Amino acid sequence: MNISRRQMLILLPAAAVAWKSVLAGTPESSPNYKMSEHWWSMLIDISKCIGCGNCVRACQTENDVPDGYFRTWVERYHVSDENMTNPEVISPDGGKEGFPEAKEDGGKYFYVPKLCNQCADSPCTQVCPVGATFVTPDGAVLVDQTYCLGCAYCVQACPYGCRYIHPQKKVVDKCTLCYHRITKGLTTACCEACPTGARQLADLKNPNDPIHAFLKTHSVQVLKPQMATGAKVFYNDLDGSVR
Amino acid sequence: MSGVEGFMYPNEIELHWSVLIVLYPYITGLVAGAFILASLERVFNVEAVKPTYRLALLTALSFLLVAPLPLQLHLGHPERSPEMYFTPHSTSAMAMFGYVYLWYLMAVLVFEIWLDYRRDIVLLSQKTKGMTRWIYTIMTLGSSNISKRSLHIDERVGWVVTLVGIPSAFLLHGYVGFIFGSIKANPWWSSPLMPVVFIFSAMVSGIAGVMVIYMATTKLRGRKIDMRCVDTIAMYLFYTFIIDFSLEMLDLIHRIYEADESFRSLDFMVHSKLFFSQIVLQIGLGTLVPLILLGLTQVAKLPELARKRIYSFAGALTLIGIFAMRWNVVIGGQLFSKSFLGYTTYKMSLVTKEGLIVAVGLTLLPLGILWVLVKLLPPWPEDHATQGAAAD
Repeated sequence: MNISRRQMLILLPAAAVAWKSVLAGTPESSPNYKMSEHWWSMLIDISKCIGCGNCVRACQTENDVPDGYFRTWVERYHVSDENMTNPEVISPDGGKEGFPEAKEDGGKYFYVPKLCNQCADSPCTQVCPVGATFVTPDGAVLVDQTYCLGCAYCVQACPYGCRYIHPQKKVVDKCTLCYHRITKGLTTACCEACPTGARQLADLKNPNDPIHAFLKTHSVQVLKPQMATGAKVFYNDLDGSVR
Repeated sequence: MSGVEGFMYPNEIELHWSVLIVLYPYITGLVAGAFILASLERVFNVEAVKPTYRLALLTALSFLLVAPLPLQLHLGHPERSPEMYFTPHSTSAMAMFGYVYLWYLMAVLVFEIWLDYRRDIVLLSQKTKGMTRWIYTIMTLGSSNISKRSLHIDERVGWVVTLVGIPSAFLLHGYVGFIFGSIKANPWWSSPLMPVVFIFSAMVSGIAGVMVIYMATTKLRGRKIDMRCVDTIAMYLFYTFIIDFSLEMLDLIHRIYEADESFRSLDFMVHSKLFFSQIVLQIGLGTLVPLILLGLTQVAKLPELARKRIYSFAGALTLIGIFAMRWNVVIGGQLFSKSFLGYTTYKMSLVTKEGLIVAVGLTLLPLGILWVLVKLLPPWPEDHATQGAAAD
């Protein structure tokens, strides 16, 4: 291919600009990891969650999450027999330090861990004006914080309240499914810290992943299925009152 | 945490879009509305509104120049905003802002103003001296031919630009409505009616804005208000307002009748946190009162002084009402939890980047710009006539 001097002069600055973007979007080096071989999701078994807050604390430590903001949190639902569609929900400091003792006043209590649903058709990705938030080929929704404008349009578009503007960095922040860990063969910080196994990282493309057997034998649900976001955080034993 | 009732998802407690994002649709609405009023004279030959034609164009330009500032100040990283031009994300409604804005600013508004004022600019570049002469000479862009044929071409091209400008004005503000209306996660915003409501409310605010500015500036200059002109503008304001109010009520009745899962939450909000801004300011003082007053001028033969007072009062209330509408959309849409189980409170700061003082400053800034533009390019009919006579 012959490139003239004039073409070279045009191409060089374009390549310099593109190279910056290439570097910014390159994940941490994991030489043996192939994105095309994975499709990440998470399984949450509500019947196993005891509301200890270990997952919230582990996430905060692992990802340097600022106080008052949450990449993951735990909610406690209290659903009374008389008013099943209007549950009483609390999540003091995201459930980080556990919950106050439940009252013995009838109804049922249960805990619901929440995090980014890593949606395949994510509304947050759709609305980002510069494409700073994106879905990776292995199914994680990530944010390029070197590119994010901090406009908060994605925060408005997320139906699950999983995003926030980082108070120091002034860009959007959210759960990355511990992408820096899972691409190295580790599990997420929250899954690792869960004492009851209520949270399980799952790879839908791995035929040996226990999630396949679990999905075949249990009735699982995603949050707000009417939003049609392709959410990939599956809940076992999810009560109809959960929002 | 204080200010929260019921349950909010923990990341929802703090609002992410502040009063500056309220100003953004308010200001762009004034631009679109003012331009549409100007187009009445140019395209639809409504001679009666001619005295406000140039003033409406300059008003639109003044507000348009300020429109991106609240957005820019709101961004966490304003220095990265050019990326919206260089690497726009094709699926994002917001990504198109830069292009829609530039198109409207350069291809429509600035071009039309330049064409309309070109003869005046050439004459002023010859009449004035010193620095002013230089400014006008630059503004001629090297085109000093003001022959009859040349001015005729200006007129024809200007007509085409206005014709293109009308759908562009609809695009500019309909698009702002789409930014909100397309968010399916938020039932307060998610509605296909949103862009249409935004367009009509924009026309209402722009028409009211130009009417009030025209009456105020004419009084300040000690001139007589052209009653035929303001009567016509008030008539257009009245009928546009009826369409706007009908659309808003249609949206409201639809929500009440459907009463879907979000209704209980939204209904509570309208009766509590938004009661003053929505029921009292937007619907009561900002819509029903001006509609009744303007309606009165349509059916009763009122004396000139009474009409003048009604127009000023109704115009000012309309501007407040439309601001309240923008507030209720932007702030109201963030006060309830997407879990529909609780509510938060918006605490406006005073002196921060997104505080009250900055918001007031940004609201007044277009009036300052308009003052400069009016000095540079006098829009008054009598000046136009004088210069016209000088040229002939």
